[in-house]
Amino acid sequence: MSQNTNNYYLPAPSLWPLIASIALFLMAGGFAMQMNDIASGNYVLLAGILVFVYLLYGWFKEVIKESISGFYNKQVDTSFRWGMGWFIFSEVMFFAGFFGALFYIRTFALDWISKSTLVWPNFVATWPTSGPAATEALEAMGPWGLPAINTLILLVSGATLTYAHWGLMKENRKQIIIGLALTIALGSIFLYLQAHEYAEAAFTMDSGIYGSTFYLFTGFHGLHVAMGTIMLAIILFRILKGHFSAHNHFGFEAVAWYWHFVDVVWLFLFVFVYWL
Amino acid sequence: MNKRTILSLGATFLSLFAVNSHADYALNLKAPATEIAGQIYGLHMLILWVCVAIFVVVFSLMFYSILKHRKSVGHKAAQFHENHWLEVIWTIIPVIILVCMAYPATKTILAMKDTSAEDMSIKITGSQWKWAYDYLDQDVKFISTLSTPQDQIENKAEKGENYLLEVDNPMVVPVGKKVKLLITSQDVNHAWWIPEFGVKQDAIPGFVKEVWIRVEQPGVYRGQCAELCGKAHGYMPIVVEAKPEAEYQTWVAAQKDAAAAADAGADKEWVMDELVTAGKAVYEKNCAVCHGATGAGIPPAFPAMTGSTVANGPVEGHIDILLNGKNIMPAWKDVLNDTDIAAVIAYERNALGNSTGDFAQPSAVKAAR
Amino acid sequence: MSTTTATHHDDHGHPTGIMRWVASTNHKDIGTLYLWFSFFMFMFAGALALGIRAELFQPGLQFLEPENFNRLTTLHGLIMIFGAIMPAFVGFANWMIPLMIGTSDLAFPRLNNMSFWLMVPAAILLVGSIFVPGGAMAGGWTMYPPLSVQNPSMGVDMSILALHILGVSSIVGSINIITTILNMRAPGMTLMKMPLFVWTWLITAFLLIASMPVLAGALTMLLTDRHFGTAFFDAAGGGDPVLFQHVFWFFGHPEVYIMILPAFGLISTIIPTFARKPLFGYASMVYATAAIALLSFVVWAHHMFTTGMPVAGQLFFMYSTMLISIPTGVKVFNWVATMWRGSMTFETPMLFSIAVVFLFTIGGFSGLVLAVLPVDIQLQDTYYVVAHFHYVLFSGAAMSIMGAVYYWLPKWTGHMYNETLGKWHFWLTTIAFNITFFPMHFTGLAGMPRRIPDYALQFAEFNMISTIGAFALGISQLLFLYVVVKCIKGGPKAAANPWEGAEGLEWTVPSPAPFHTFETPPTVK
Ligand code: HEA
Ligand code: HEA
Ligand code: HEC
Ligand code: CUA
Ligand SMILES: [Cu+2]
Repeated sequence: MSQNTNNYYLPAPSLWPLIASIALFLMAGGFAMQMNDIASGNYVLLAGILVFVYLLYGWFKEVIKESISGFYNKQVDTSFRWGMGWFIFSEVMFFAGFFGALFYIRTFALDWISKSTLVWPNFVATWPTSGPAATEALEAMGPWGLPAINTLILLVSGATLTYAHWGLMKENRKQIIIGLALTIALGSIFLYLQAHEYAEAAFTMDSGIYGSTFYLFTGFHGLHVAMGTIMLAIILFRILKGHFSAHNHFGFEAVAWYWHFVDVVWLFLFVFVYWL
Repeated sequence: MNKRTILSLGATFLSLFAVNSHADYALNLKAPATEIAGQIYGLHMLILWVCVAIFVVVFSLMFYSILKHRKSVGHKAAQFHENHWLEVIWTIIPVIILVCMAYPATKTILAMKDTSAEDMSIKITGSQWKWAYDYLDQDVKFISTLSTPQDQIENKAEKGENYLLEVDNPMVVPVGKKVKLLITSQDVNHAWWIPEFGVKQDAIPGFVKEVWIRVEQPGVYRGQCAELCGKAHGYMPIVVEAKPEAEYQTWVAAQKDAAAAADAGADKEWVMDELVTAGKAVYEKNCAVCHGATGAGIPPAFPAMTGSTVANGPVEGHIDILLNGKNIMPAWKDVLNDTDIAAVIAYERNALGNSTGDFAQPSAVKAAR
Repeated sequence: MSTTTATHHDDHGHPTGIMRWVASTNHKDIGTLYLWFSFFMFMFAGALALGIRAELFQPGLQFLEPENFNRLTTLHGLIMIFGAIMPAFVGFANWMIPLMIGTSDLAFPRLNNMSFWLMVPAAILLVGSIFVPGGAMAGGWTMYPPLSVQNPSMGVDMSILALHILGVSSIVGSINIITTILNMRAPGMTLMKMPLFVWTWLITAFLLIASMPVLAGALTMLLTDRHFGTAFFDAAGGGDPVLFQHVFWFFGHPEVYIMILPAFGLISTIIPTFARKPLFGYASMVYATAAIALLSFVVWAHHMFTTGMPVAGQLFFMYSTMLISIPTGVKVFNWVATMWRGSMTFETPMLFSIAVVFLFTIGGFSGLVLAVLPVDIQLQDTYYVVAHFHYVLFSGAAMSIMGAVYYWLPKWTGHMYNETLGKWHFWLTTIAFNITFFPMHFTGLAGMPRRIPDYALQFAEFNMISTIGAFALGISQLLFLYVVVKCIKGGPKAAANPWEGAEGLEWTVPSPAPFHTFETPPTVK
């Protein structure tokens, strides 16, 4: 079948898309029910997640199979690169929206609230704040404890991942495995510390705008780290099975791009959510 | 289709040909009553005619071409597909036109935004679905709600002249004075809008936004809430009466007297029937939009009053929810006086299918504030 | 056809029955799915509009509760935009882009099918929200908080999640389209040789990828404000309801160009064909499209002129908005110049295209009137705005879709549609459309707010006219359905290139286009 590399690979009909749609339907429906205190929502949500996991497993398995069977020619590889690149761009915009919201609140909205003295006679715009109606003082998260350590962890993980990539270029299996394993470990430690930080925090999601932005932004970032870690684990697994070669390893590179992107988002979070 | 429909249909088509035959038939912005509204009117006319002119030029060319350059009259297609000079020209000319529009617009914006040197200030608070006016320098406060009877809305009665554009207590301003309006909201976004003034300002909960007016002619001006604010968004009109200074002062004095009388009422001892009767009016005006004229509510969002555990429970709880509100239920503390609150409580507990037989004196409400 | 499939790795003909559709990896089948989906959604949302218009036939409440009226308005807007117009354009992209750039399919056929099948659960959630206890969302398609936070109905959550799913679908679909255009053009098909429809989609896909995630962010904040105690849009907690408007319109304004740029592409394809003359100013069309797209990211707050922004913001957004007229004007002039000294014939697609140029310009001019801030103060949230956006959306987007359907029906079905009926459909639509929406300019100027179920007496005449027009408009669309179905069922055989003046690779393949095309890419000189 390798003679097909001249042609762009066109997959046979596939049911995975339909399964994806079922998974998202169950997840969305279940989530809506769950949020509105309909008890069975949890089960629907769970069913959706299970279908989703099955979908990821099955679909990726099929793609990996096609990839190692050599169906993908150079042009397909380029498509994957464009695809991943634009996907990351969409993620950039997702976080950009959040950061825009944060800047807007901090530079404009709080100022306007403090000037609306007819409604809030005593509010002074500061950051962090839980807003003019808050009754308790806000104990914000300082940057130089766990968050700084987490920054370091993510920065180092970027380096270990690059180390693994170099290993891949040289086809040095040991180096790849060490690099990847270290990266995964660092990602997991990061997640652990983040969970710890949440547990210890003196404020919650409903502590006004500070709590809202803090948890939503770091939460979404954490979700991305978790996904990245899982993807790295899959890559490690594939390396162990001997899947990639020095010039054919886009799966590895895609995950690496993603990981670096998540890193950069963290740097912004560190500066604008924790520090300034 | 009933007869009236057919008649008005006919009238409609006729009116297309005889624009002036119909009294309240409007094709353009309302006649301005402030300087700013006048500028806006002028701007609109300017832009409208510029656009019409460009439109006529562009589409005369197109229709000329459609007529002459068609295959059926034997026209052969030319093959040009570029002309740099032409393209540059039709980019530059519109830029110039736009600059000519932007310049006067900018001047008007700067004037609109200048809220300094005001003669007086009124705080306007929107809430579902009424407007509260608070004359900051005068100690005059009142609420203004739709006064069109429900029967007209439900097509059971002939509609009045100012159908949906009439209120019980209009806002009153003196003519010729620069009045600063401080606009805010209690619950969701609303927008305070009087077309003749050229003012439309969203009322945003938690924020106070400033605009100003200086009305030039005495008169009655009507507008509507202009931001979707829930089910009665269409029933939230605004009416402003502009009066000469002297009449305005008389009005202020009268408002103050009425407020003093209401205060005196709060210290009086009331009997239940008096309160229930007074409460009916308060209820229908303020509460019926959500809880229904018969107290049936609109479950699940708006609970029924009939059989409500609060309206049939301890009176303290009833006072509390009225004063302070709960979730979507508004707080009435700053809106209704003690007598009104006591009255509506008495009404809810002893009418609308409830009969607890108890009630609270206005003094008890005063104490609970 | 056997020769075209020979090189295909494991394709044994193509599946039939239901599997052909649910499991499809074929751009033509998926395109067909998209187009039919869009049409059904158009009918549904149109029926809702007829509900709105029926209620507004006369002043007074006729048969809708005010809250139900708001639900109709909201769903009408949401479904028209996300369910009718956008999928229709994706349908065209699916069908035509591979044919136009000479490639066998989209870059990721399975993801392509997923993009389509994600629309279905989203539609079920949106439409299903009508039937849950608290009812559908009633806060307008713009879903401004605090109103949409206040509404306790589960229907609101269902709509929000439906929009999330649609967002995923759009992003995946756009990545697919961008990748296809950038990576899969036939040899010799340089960027500046691409048909303009492909160009407009390239730029639209970019707009989608850049704006949809921002909508997702806004929706997420709305959801957490509703259920998880956050205070993004609540001043008491330090947030701001207007923040939602900023984030929403940062998506929302590019969104309106997402709905018009592909339409521009369609018009730019059809007019040269029937003028028998190459498109005037191809390069400037490309640059104008790009300029519109870039500008569209810096004009969003023109929807928020009445929120009371600082004066610097007001001026900036007014100027930037006005600027958009320049590149749009370039397009209008180019179309007229394309017709100039051509050799025109007026088949249905051409009639639609001419009407689009004419009527869209009316909508564009009313947009310009709205862009001038002081005037917008009077017109914001009135029927003038409703008139504006129906002129750009119905007579801009929807009518160009109709024209393009006629244009490519022969290619899709292998049959010619009935020209007489097509022309009837065109004239009925155009006339009814203007009867419906032109009077709204007047009611808006005279001060009738939008999103109200009942109105003051002075607006009665025009509303009655609008309603009559709307029902005529609705019925005319049934004729459209009839013509299309009839054409699919049969009709005179269509040649590979049924239009005398049509150019492009899509006309080099037989009609109907075979299941697989361009498996071996053609070479473009
Ligand atoms: C396809 C969709 C589409 C398109 C293309 C446009 C195009 C434009 N729109 Fe519109 N708009 C909407 C869809 C669209 N709009 C929708 C849906 C809403 C309402 C949303 C809601 O609130 O629900 C809206 C609302 C809206 C508003 C807010 C109104 C309000 O709520 O207060 C404004 C204000 O500036 C505006 C402006 C414009 C402008 C300046 C253009 C310009 O792009 C138009 C440019 C075109 C021309 C000007 C005509 C051709 C040009 C020439 C012939 C050149 C020569 C001309 C001159 C130099 C004058 N639009
Ligand atoms: C692409 C978009 C698009 C399109 C094509 C349309 C098409 C139409 N729209 Fe709408 N409209 C919007 C987008 C669109 N609209 C948006 C975004 C809003 C703002 C919403 C908001 O405020 O939040 C809006 C708001 C809006 C309003 C204002 C509502 C309000 O403010 O309260 C009105 C009022 O007349 C209206 C009318 C119509 C009509 C009569 C049509 C007609 O063109 C429709 C023609 C009719 C049909 C196509 C139906 C055909 C079918 C049949 C006749 C058979 C019936 C079938 C069955 C029962 C199965 N629309
Ligand atoms: C904007 C709509 C609205 C208006 C106007 C309104 N209410 Fe309410 N009311 C509510 C809602 C919603 C609740 C339920 C609050 C909750 O439990 O979250 C409520 C609850 C109540 C309750 C408690 C009922 C129960 O059984 O829990 C009473 C009593 C009440 N309102 C009285 C009034 C009175 C008296 C007025 C007028 C002066 C009034 N309401 C005006 C919306 C409204
Ligand atoms: Cu208040 Cu609309
Ligand atoms: Cu816009």
